[in-house]
Amino acid sequence: MISVSVDSHFVHKMWNDYELIKMVDGGIPFHMASDQAGNVGRAFGVYDENQGIELRGRFIIDPDGVIQGMEVLTPPVGRKIGETIRQVQAFQLVRASKGAEATPAGWEPGKPTLKPGPGLVGKVWEVWKPNE
Amino acid sequence: MSEQPQGCARVTGTVSSETAPTTEQVELTTQKQEIKMTARVGQKAPDFTAPAYFKGDFTQVKLSDYLGKWVLVCFYPGDFTFV
Repeated sequence: MISVSVDSHFVHKMWNDYELIKMVDGGIPFHMASDQAGNVGRAFGVYDENQGIELRGRFIIDPDGVIQGMEVLTPPVGRKIGETIRQVQAFQLVRASKGAEATPAGWEPGKPTLKPGPGLVGKVWEVWKPNE
Repeated sequence: MSEQPQGCARVTGTVSSETAPTTEQVELTTQKQEIKMTARVGQKAPDFTAPAYFKGDFTQVKLSDYLGKWVLVCFYPGDFTFV
């Protein structure tokens, strides 16, 4: 996990030491990166030139350095980490199966996966119930 | 990850253009004198190096140091901005 904003590493220190440590035991456990010129944000398409800030972009990057998932929110709405973790677990399962399995909408660990192939065409309804 | 020098320079994150830019991107770069890459799913994430605060120390963080692991990169508008 790496967090990135346009604040300096000095401000990151103050935010962690003064406020975040009161919400997270031991303080922030990952690198809080500083991108004051917005170079990294521009490369990821989340730098807002007008406001000079970075939008709430979240990128899931696999062990090969490939982006598997991305989500970008405007500033006033915060994220929910549970959904990000669910997506990482799903991508990890797909990767472990070398692409043989896929996870249907709403999939959670322990629930059935799909094995795409000729036999599954038109038969998804038999193996996956949206309401279960 | 090396120790961050304790100077007063306004250090910032930099993108290492490891992946060769397309012709269109090169034109954009020359026109605007800045790096233009757009992150997309299914494509390599732009590699970057940035100064960072980590457990009491000033250091550097480099995305490609995490190859072999799953990584989350999260951007946010700013420290102390409530949400």
